[in-house]
Amino acid sequence: MAILEVEDLKVYFPIKAGIFNRTVDHIKAVDSVSFSIEEGKTYGLVGESGSGKTTTGRGIIGLENITAGKILFDGVDITDKKSKTKDIRRDMQMIFQDPYSSLNPRKRVFDIIAEPLRNYESLSKLEEKKQVQELLQLVGLSPESILKYPHEFSGGQRQRIGIARAIALKPKLIIADEPVSALDVSVQAQVLNFMQDIQKELGLTYLFISHDLGIVKHMCDDIAIMYKGRYVEQGTKHDIFNNPQHIYTKRLVSAIPDINPRNREKQFRFRRDVQKEYDESYDDYFDDKGLAYGLQPISDTHLVALPERG
Amino acid sequence: MSNKLLELKNLKTSFQIGDEYYAAVDDVTLTVNKNEVLGIVGESGSGKSALAFSVMGLHTRAKIEGNILFNGKDIANITPQELNRLRGDELAMIFQDPLTALNPLMEIGDQIAETLILHNQNMSQKARKERVIELLNMVGIPRPEYVYEQFPHELSGGMRQRVVIAIAIANQPELLIADEPTTALDVTIQAQILDLIRKLKNDMHSGVILITHDLGVVAEMADRIAVMYAGQIVEVADVHTLFENPKHPYTRSLLNSVPADGQDKLHVIQGIVPALQNLPREGCRFSERIPWIDATHHEVNPVLHEVTPGHFVRCTCHKHFYFPDKTKEAELHGNSRS
Repeated sequence: MAILEVEDLKVYFPIKAGIFNRTVDHIKAVDSVSFSIEEGKTYGLVGESGSGKTTTGRGIIGLENITAGKILFDGVDITDKKSKTKDIRRDMQMIFQDPYSSLNPRKRVFDIIAEPLRNYESLSKLEEKKQVQELLQLVGLSPESILKYPHEFSGGQRQRIGIARAIALKPKLIIADEPVSALDVSVQAQVLNFMQDIQKELGLTYLFISHDLGIVKHMCDDIAIMYKGRYVEQGTKHDIFNNPQHIYTKRLVSAIPDINPRNREKQFRFRRDVQKEYDESYDDYFDDKGLAYGLQPISDTHLVALPERG
Repeated sequence: MSNKLLELKNLKTSFQIGDEYYAAVDDVTLTVNKNEVLGIVGESGSGKSALAFSVMGLHTRAKIEGNILFNGKDIANITPQELNRLRGDELAMIFQDPLTALNPLMEIGDQIAETLILHNQNMSQKARKERVIELLNMVGIPRPEYVYEQFPHELSGGMRQRVVIAIAIANQPELLIADEPTTALDVTIQAQILDLIRKLKNDMHSGVILITHDLGVVAEMADRIAVMYAGQIVEVADVHTLFENPKHPYTRSLLNSVPADGQDKLHVIQGIVPALQNLPREGCRFSERIPWIDATHHEVNPVLHEVTPGHFVRCTCHKHFYFPDKTKEAELHGNSRS
């Protein structure tokens, strides 16, 4: 069953100008995005900076006001102001990109992790402390560190504090916005492994937002590629990496550096070919405003933004 | 004439913390040849940027010992005036963050022209402007006449980095140091910028030091690679040897922590890179992160050993190294290792 269904999500930011500061136009950060995530899966949202992937995630969790669209979480429409979203919010948590700015430097680790517990559960002081210590242990930090401040930890440890906070209420869905891009490779490996472990343990569903295709390939079951606020392609991991159809997807895939230096020439040639195809067939894939067309299914799982064949 | 462009001999860069000096770059001996890309990889805190800044003379309060021979001349302790003559002319650097590397209040064209003015006073204003336009063209900026009069905030990240590169190559430097040149950029832009650096290297036959933490980038760009850990070089080899037959436990651990096809679990290096004050100064510096390797396998004073011609590895612990979780390393990377 789909735990999250997004229908025609739009997030527009107004552009204001003139002496009356009237709205003259909109930036369509997210422009008609629809998808659904099955329970227990990891769904990757990929795009370059400015593609709207982060805004999509923030719109879903409520950090950004959405302009239009429907978001069904566990079958309940959370965009409906009348529905009691407070209880739903506890099942949806976020891991932020930057472990340095997403933790309050003036709070102790204990208060950071206990905050969601205090918001939603009335625990005694003792129980609260016990739970926080258990969470710390779960993320591989020593329970004694509850009295420390964020600056006393390394980047990877901080990111794990952020994860402990996100999983404190045992959510169903976690939106992870570039959770490892601020980290070194070895620390990155640690956080990714850990995210996979707790996914199995707690039956979590991830919306994994990233610009790094290598990591997305490692983590995700289904992947969507975004460009200028729209989807250009969506499919299983296999569809996207082995059978990319949209020229933009091909361009992204070809731009990933190959870790094997023997493939250098092959990779350069591939990149040149794709660039040539991109230059030649740009008009076939993008409309006159340079935006992607609507999605057309090409198999049960694979959707590509192509003009409608008439 | 020899092919050596830059030679570092026992370079030691120390910073003062409290009353003591701590070496961030500790006894590094390294050569960069003409027309060669030397990749330097390592985690943050391994000293790779401190090394680059030492060569460029950009540390203001560090103690620098050892020799930095550039074209045979020691530039480690020359006067600021002499250094200024070299920098921007024969020595140039591309910085990580293109927004902070540019002056926000100066037009793009003037920023590039600045380097030309400093190193070639005889150039006429007209010739200078032509050269700037030519440089903007070279780095692939569309409509250079228009961009000439723009300010940094009007350009995208990729365009800004091109401007930074244009400044760096304005006087056709013999040595170009690129410190994480694409880390702040998107992957398609990264491919373009790397392509540009490669092309410029081939055109000008310069030596390039490419500092990055991205192993994919060095695999694609470098001729030779030096791996740094805790201020020291732990392994040096040509790019094929390093990726196909890595020896040092740190190199192998790094390679194993990158997601690769068919890999279920990523390798995690135990512990963290120690802070500068806490760096182990004696014995194998990596030993505390591979505690399952018996202490007797480490050298007391680890030095670089030449295992095959041109392939240097520090310490003897690599001969006894294995991964504790028994992941089949060879299969993961599709390489045949004996």
